[in-house]
Amino acid sequence: MSDNDEIILSELPDDELVQQMHDDLYDGLKEEVEEGTRILLDRGWQPYRVLTEALVEAMRVVGEDFRDGILFVPEVLLSANAMKSGMNILRPLLAETGAPKQGKMVIGTVKGDIHDIGKNLVGMMMEGAGFDVIDLGINNPVENYLEAIEEHQPDIIGMSALLTTTMPYMKVVIDTMKEKGIRDDYIVLVGGAPLNEEFGRAVGADAYCRDAAVAVETAKEFMKRKHNLAAAN
Amino acid sequence: MQNPIDALIAEKGVLLADGATGTNLFDMGLQSGEAPELWNEDAPEKVEALHSGFVEAGSDIILTNSFGGTRQRLKLHGAQDRVFEINKKAAEIACRVAASAGRRVIVAGSVGPTGELLVPLGAMAYEDAVNAFAEQIEGLKAGGAEVAWIETMSAPDEIRAAAEAAIRVGLPYTYTGSFDTAGRTMMGLAPKDIHGVVDELSERPVAVGANCGVGAPDILAALLDMSEAQPDAKIVVKGNCGIPEFHGSEIHYSGTPELMADYVRLAVDGGARIIGGCCGTSFEHLAAMRKALDEHRKGARPSVQDIESRVGPMRNKAAAQSGADSAGPNRRQRRRARA
Repeated sequence: MSDNDEIILSELPDDELVQQMHDDLYDGLKEEVEEGTRILLDRGWQPYRVLTEALVEAMRVVGEDFRDGILFVPEVLLSANAMKSGMNILRPLLAETGAPKQGKMVIGTVKGDIHDIGKNLVGMMMEGAGFDVIDLGINNPVENYLEAIEEHQPDIIGMSALLTTTMPYMKVVIDTMKEKGIRDDYIVLVGGAPLNEEFGRAVGADAYCRDAAVAVETAKEFMKRKHNLAAAN
Repeated sequence: MQNPIDALIAEKGVLLADGATGTNLFDMGLQSGEAPELWNEDAPEKVEALHSGFVEAGSDIILTNSFGGTRQRLKLHGAQDRVFEINKKAAEIACRVAASAGRRVIVAGSVGPTGELLVPLGAMAYEDAVNAFAEQIEGLKAGGAEVAWIETMSAPDEIRAAAEAAIRVGLPYTYTGSFDTAGRTMMGLAPKDIHGVVDELSERPVAVGANCGVGAPDILAALLDMSEAQPDAKIVVKGNCGIPEFHGSEIHYSGTPELMADYVRLAVDGGARIIGGCCGTSFEHLAAMRKALDEHRKGARPSVQDIESRVGPMRNKAAAQSGADSAGPNRRQRRRARA
């Protein structure tokens, strides 16, 4: 197909439209993704199906290409914005139709750190994967995490940091949870460019997630284990 | 007018910068999450001890404790209205140490990223970024900094804004990127393209290069790309001392003094003119680096294989294997022309 062909989204059959939406989301074309989302809904698709088959699947590919060093943050942000605009259409409908819920996550950037690109991507991908996400924003002291745990009773705590001087703060949060005897009640995931797997283990997290796609997979895996444990008890 | 870095390079050939600021201040009691820059006011004797340690270990250039000294970063700590004072203090402390060194030590004013994304990806206008950096660099200059040392950058437009601010304030400048994502910066800037970032500005940088990142092998591979792209450029490498690990409750970087000494020798052979350490580089590491620099005679340009066999495997792929314009796997085919 040449670049000059005019594509009329509403004239495409479902399978081609979904394929086109994958490409448009990959290219960060926000309005096209919104239009595609509306067309699928008009054709009677369940919101949850639009979310998973059109949006999340496309973002999964973006995440893979980021992991593989083909895309970098600017492209990923454009894709994420396109996905977000599609999700904004779907979110109220998902609430009405009672889409399946995977679990609940509290996520935030730690104290002293302002960086939230990665955290926002993880939050969005987690929401797309069916998690309830409570985003604490940036610069969170341990008290913020504890209050959010108390208030929201999440399954998962996610922490993010990009600075050498802030990433050790993750250990402060986890150590405080240990002191309070609540560490093992939650799944703790950490992420951020200067971290690595050994670092994640050393601070006492359940896992280090190198990108948003890995975070979703890891979260699902831990939720499955949690359910298996609950079933065994 | 010759800038101080060129003058000292003319005299010494290759210069040794300093080591880590944040991780060494941790050892002096800084708590994680606190702003190191506030110590310029609250614990200047500790910041002075940091600089003295590096000067005694042999630094030719020391960096002020002002990495997070822009308004955007200080805001987290309620200090956004003291940008000028905090940066001025940072430079004054470093200048005191440099003045009593007994040899020429250059004070470079550290300027780190704001943490914000510029328009259109984010909300910060380019002009606001220039103003924020200019506010910081004014303070550094007033305190006696001789060079604006723009570092750990990932976005080309933010580098440009900081460089423009340095020009406006009237300081010579250097800039370095952190190549921590598949051999590039997280915004996709490849090492070989670092030279051209400020082409449209009126003043050229004194030096460009790489800092931080993911350890010696990767930053040395970036050096090869940078020196190959522009063999005459003055190139900085200021790499991390291995990778961060926890030993009990202490954070520790995996690089040994021996490894950092070997890193210095490879950096000289790879064409670097200013060499230092970033996160995890202690006084002891720096002393080993000084010794290596003094005793080493520039040898043959290493290959990536030479680098990996001497200082370990690269953690990430090389820049040439990443990105849409690379020899590696490519961006997926688009079915629609971009509007």
